Amino acid sequence: MWKWLHPYAKTEETYALCGRLYPWLLWPAIVLSVVGTLWGLAFAPTDYQQGDSFRIIYIHVPGAMLSMGVYAGMAILGFIGLVWQIRTCYMAIAALAPVGAVMTFIALFTGAVWGKPMWGTWWVWDARLTSELILLFLYLGVIALYGAFDDKIQAGKAVAVMSLVGVINLPIIHYSVYWWNTLHQGATISKFDNPSISSDMLWPLLLNILGFGLLIGALACRRLQNEILTREMRRPWVQTLLLGEGAK
Amino acid sequence: MSVFWSVFKRDWLLAFRQNAEFLQPVLFCLLVVTMFPLGIGPSPQTLQKVGPGIIWVAALLSSLLALEKLFKQDFLDGSLEQLVLTPASLPMLAIAKVLVHWLVSSLPLLLLSPLLALFLNLTWDMYWALLLTLLIGTPLMSLIGAIAVALTAGLNKGGTLLGLLLLPVYIPLLIFATSAVESASLNIPFVGQLAIIGAMLLFAIALTPFAVAYAIKVSQN
Repeated sequence: MWKWLHPYAKTEETYALCGRLYPWLLWPAIVLSVVGTLWGLAFAPTDYQQGDSFRIIYIHVPGAMLSMGVYAGMAILGFIGLVWQIRTCYMAIAALAPVGAVMTFIALFTGAVWGKPMWGTWWVWDARLTSELILLFLYLGVIALYGAFDDKIQAGKAVAVMSLVGVINLPIIHYSVYWWNTLHQGATISKFDNPSISSDMLWPLLLNILGFGLLIGALACRRLQNEILTREMRRPWVQTLLLGEGAK
Repeated sequence: MSVFWSVFKRDWLLAFRQNAEFLQPVLFCLLVVTMFPLGIGPSPQTLQKVGPGIIWVAALLSSLLALEKLFKQDFLDGSLEQLVLTPASLPMLAIAKVLVHWLVSSLPLLLLSPLLALFLNLTWDMYWALLLTLLIGTPLMSLIGAIAVALTAGLNKGGTLLGLLLLPVYIPLLIFATSAVESASLNIPFVGQLAIIGAMLLFAIALTPFAVAYAIKVSQN
């Protein structure tokens, strides 16, 4: 574990790793999400009850799943950062937070668009909608906290603590609002052994989830590289790197 | 333990010598509650329906205002730094400060709560539930809030950041507390909700002092 993790505490190594990973994440992400979205929107069978409007599931579900996944990822990074004092973890949290916030927004927006024909309203104070909205606020809080500090090392530690506090709270928030009010349809694909969705509809969805996940990975790599460069602008390796890029 | 008491005594004295300040959040809470009947109309049934929620939201907002001062002055005059440098256990100091803060800012709110209940036409049963939820809910607010306050102690930005950070985290508390009062209004037992808030409080007492201690260190950089 140590031998494997240690080099990436050095920002140069992480920068190089992200650069290597980026194309491997980006191209499969594009292929998978284009195939998944086209298949889902054009070729998957129409739902007998919801008609064609169910097709928004191919954007909505990946967005919703990954919005939570990214937050969990931030909390894990925060934990690693706080325990082993690894600075790149803090930078990665800062890189991930806006991506996660956008995913949450996508889930909320597509949910509203889906809710209008199905429930007859853009927004209801239903448990899942509310906890997704609160998740968006948690993301915005983390982004605002990171932006508030001039000293980015301090900012990194602060967002690590706040994302851990948020992640402990997230299940409590989820169950409290669930118990408070529920209208949302039950989970469709979490029961893998016997999913309540036909496999023709399921496949494009899985492709899209994977595609979105890889896309987030690619975006996070790029943003992390960017963060490292801005943060370490004065360090010699960045300057040689930038000069080399300029000469090309 | 002696450190706990000395910090406790010092903060307690400080709070009473600057007594104009610690009444402000309570007055703010009273004013917010007064705004609602003016805004939504004085019908007693409506007020009774929305009353518990209003009182709780007002309590959350005023606790945010009060929390802002928790570490600010000590941070600015450097005494927080001295406390970090002492060999005493920092989580213990943190819990002493939070305790004093709760006594001087939330206890007055509890004393004021009969008046708020009267304003919003709550029944006796509802008031009893409200008082119990405030009694175990406000320490939870102070404990969780202390983490964010300690993190942002060194910043010159105002309280809006604190609100953005803390209000989403307070949501479960708000839900369980207001649902306890609603159950009381329907004469249903509300022990379940109280037990959940109590569990969250115990969990917070166990964990937050360490998080606050770490956050203080972060703010000292």
